[in-house]
This record gives sequence, structure tokens and C-alpha cells, in this order.
Amino acid sequence: MTTTDILWGVLRIVLIFSAVMGLVAYMTLMERRFLGFFQLRLGPNRVGPGGLLQPIADGIKLLFKEDMTVSHANRFWFRLAPAIALVSVLACFAVVPASPSIVVADIPVAVLYLLALSSLGVYGILLAGWSSNNKYSLLGGLRAAAQLISYEIPLALSIVGVLILAGSMSLVGIVKAQEGLWFVVKQPLGFLLFLVCVSAETNRTPFDLLECENELVAGYQTEYSSMKFGLFYMAEYAHILLASCLVSLFFLGGWNGPLLPAPLWLLGKVFFVFALFIWVRATFPRVRYDQLMGFSWKVLLPLAFVNLMVTAALTVALS
Amino acid sequence: MGIERFGATTVLTTNLDRVVGWARRNSLWPLTFGLACCAIEMISTAAARYDIARFGMEVFRPSPRQADVMIVAGTVTRKMAPAVKRLYDQMAEPKWVVAMGACACSGGLFPTYAVVQGVDTFLPVDIYIPGCPVKPEALLDGLIRLQEKIAAGAAGSAR
Repeated sequence: MTTTDILWGVLRIVLIFSAVMGLVAYMTLMERRFLGFFQLRLGPNRVGPGGLLQPIADGIKLLFKEDMTVSHANRFWFRLAPAIALVSVLACFAVVPASPSIVVADIPVAVLYLLALSSLGVYGILLAGWSSNNKYSLLGGLRAAAQLISYEIPLALSIVGVLILAGSMSLVGIVKAQEGLWFVVKQPLGFLLFLVCVSAETNRTPFDLLECENELVAGYQTEYSSMKFGLFYMAEYAHILLASCLVSLFFLGGWNGPLLPAPLWLLGKVFFVFALFIWVRATFPRVRYDQLMGFSWKVLLPLAFVNLMVTAALTVALS
Repeated sequence: MGIERFGATTVLTTNLDRVVGWARRNSLWPLTFGLACCAIEMISTAAARYDIARFGMEVFRPSPRQADVMIVAGTVTRKMAPAVKRLYDQMAEPKWVVAMGACACSGGLFPTYAVVQGVDTFLPVDIYIPGCPVKPEALLDGLIRLQEKIAAGAAGSAR
């Protein structure tokens, strides 16, 4: 490996990292504006032109707010938890390609890597809830553990259908396999399952039981202030961005599309999927906890198995 | 508080002051917290017709650790006052208090032994908004005046 290779690698990491962080900041604004439109409001539009400086104001304010560590907290884990939550998501972006060449690491087992790292994020939330030493935080953390582990299984199973069709675990390979036809056509059930599971994984509103304010104050992040809270917020939005990227890459043909350059196509699809998530948030009320668990184990898991069996049988029959 | 002048005026410090003041002013997250009928008007302020979100203030944080401004919306009884005080104490600096409505300002139409005669008896109030109940426009006006006060560096408990 020459010096140029290393420099090029570092440059790609910096590029992807800054792109992700910039997108995360402006996704919060986009969500607030869109929620406003859904509720016949305007949303933030006074800070800077069209409200464009709102995320920057929020960020600076959070940085300069008092950073509290409550006296009864377990200090070490209390401080580490937000970092775990954010790093486990950011590390996932290493294998997410924006085009065949713009990717930090195109590893052949990218899907396994993604599943492993995104489940690490549970530790951040669980530790945050436990180390705060607060009953609401602890309940939020426990709910997170139960929910995220339950939804991890149908999530993984719903991707297996895609893997069978693509014959590859590399994300670049999966997108290349969709050059003719997007997998959403061949895997409609898998697409829906993945969409539902991923919105449960990212704690979006129909499934945001770990921070529902009318039961648990703010759930696992109740005791966090300042930028530690900001890190959880960023982790949540980075997770949603990751989820939108994965939906586009697995099912919507990734960067495949006519005329426009590859990264723009991917960005457009990610934007579309994210808008879909906001729409879902603006539309559905929060489910009850037993409904949430029952839905995962009694509906999603059997459906995921059916989808897997049918895909496998058809692939063998047609080959 | 975080931002202070060190000795004589420094360019960096004053600029940072301005930037931070701008950020704090434009990102006032209220505490999800209402006591009486004024709270209904506060909810109305957040809804479609008045839309507090335009100023970036629709992020009502349920946890006091993450909130910036406490809108005391309604009658504070003697029984409720310790809870209000505790919520204020739990908020992270810098924090601001808005007394919304006649009851929060002065006890309003309850000059009795059971009602606190104005929350300024136990909280440092930055903005008083009269009205019974306060109209959403008046609440927005009060919050904009709080923004002006913050920009001028004149608000906050660490005065």
C-alpha cells in the first residue's frame, strides 16, 4: 500500500463522514419543515433564509448548554453511552457506497458487518438507560433492548431474500445485480418487511416506545443534557439516514438510473425514502407495547420466513 | 455561565458572545409543562394557526435537562409550587422563565391562601405576559421579546 492509497483512503473517510454529518443536520430541519406541512403549519422558517440556519443554531446552542452529569449516575458508562450510540452508526457508513467507486471499504461481507454494527447501537441506548440510575431511563433502555432485538430477526431474514437473488453480500454487488430490474419488484414482501423493521430499529414514531414522552419523560435520554443529548439525536438521525440508504440500495436499485450521475440518483432515492418515513411519523399514532412485540413475533417473523422460503424455492425452480 | 468576558474586551469573546446569543435566541426549546387553562392557549400556539415552530421553538422537550425555557402556564398552587421549583432546578443552564397569564404573574383572580401570588416569589422570571388567559399572539410576542432580551445579553438566571 503506497502513500497515495492511504491518503486517498483518508480522504474518502473524511468525505463520507462530512457528507453524513451535514445530511444529518439538515435532515432534522427537513423533518421539522415536512411535519409542519403535514400539520398545515409552516415549520421553522425564520432563522436564516427559509429557516436554513436552524440546525446550526440548535447545534451551537446545545454545545454551549450546561453539560450535566447527575450525581447518582454511573459516570463512566454515562459518558460512554452516547459515543457508542453514534460511533456504531457512523461506522456502518464505511460500507455504504454512493457510487461504484465512492465507498470507503467495499468488503465482501458488508451485509453481515452492517447487521453486527447496527445491533451494537443497542448497547449505547441500554447503557444510557442503566447508567442514568433513573427509573424512566431504565425502563426506556429495557424497552429498547427488547424492541431492537425482536425486530433485528425479521430485519435480517427480510434481507436474506435479496442476498439469494443478488448472490452477493457486498453492497456494490447487490446494486449491480439490480441493473435490469429493481429488487422491490421481485421482493415486494421483503421490501415491506424491511421498511417496517427498519423504522422500528430507528425508533421512529409508530415504534418510538423507548422515548415516548407521555409514559417515560424522555426515555433513555431523560438525564442527558447539552451535547451528550445532541449525540443521541445525531445517532438517531444518522440511523434513519443509514436506513434510507439501505432501503434504496437493497430494493430501489441504488445508484442505477438514466442520465443523472450515480450519487445524485442515490441521493434522490434516499430523499424519497426519508420523506416516506416522515409521512409515516406524521400519520400513525404510537402502538402499544404488547402490540409492538406481538407484531414482531406473530406477524413479521412468520411472513419473513414465508418470503425466504418462496424466494429460495423459486430461485431453485427457475435456475 | 459558559460565556464571559475575560478582563478587557476581547474581539474573540464578543464575537463568540454574539454567535452564542444568536444560537440561544433562535433555538429556545420549551419544557413540556402546563398547569391550567393558559396551557391550552400554549398548545394552541404550537398548533397550525399560530405555529410557534416558525421560530424554531416547537421542540417541546419532556425532560427538563434538555429544555431552555420554562413557560409557567397557569395557576401555581402552594401544593404545586415545590414541583415547579424542582423542575426549574433540574433544567440545565442557561435557562429562562416566562410567567404566562395573570395567575403566574401575580396570582390573578385567586387572591387566596392556596395560590402562590406570582411565580416571581420563588423563580427568576424573565418575561411577564398578562392576560386571562393569554392569547397565543401575546405568548408569541412575549417569546419574541425574550429573544430580544437574550440577544441583548440581559436575560437568564446568571445575571
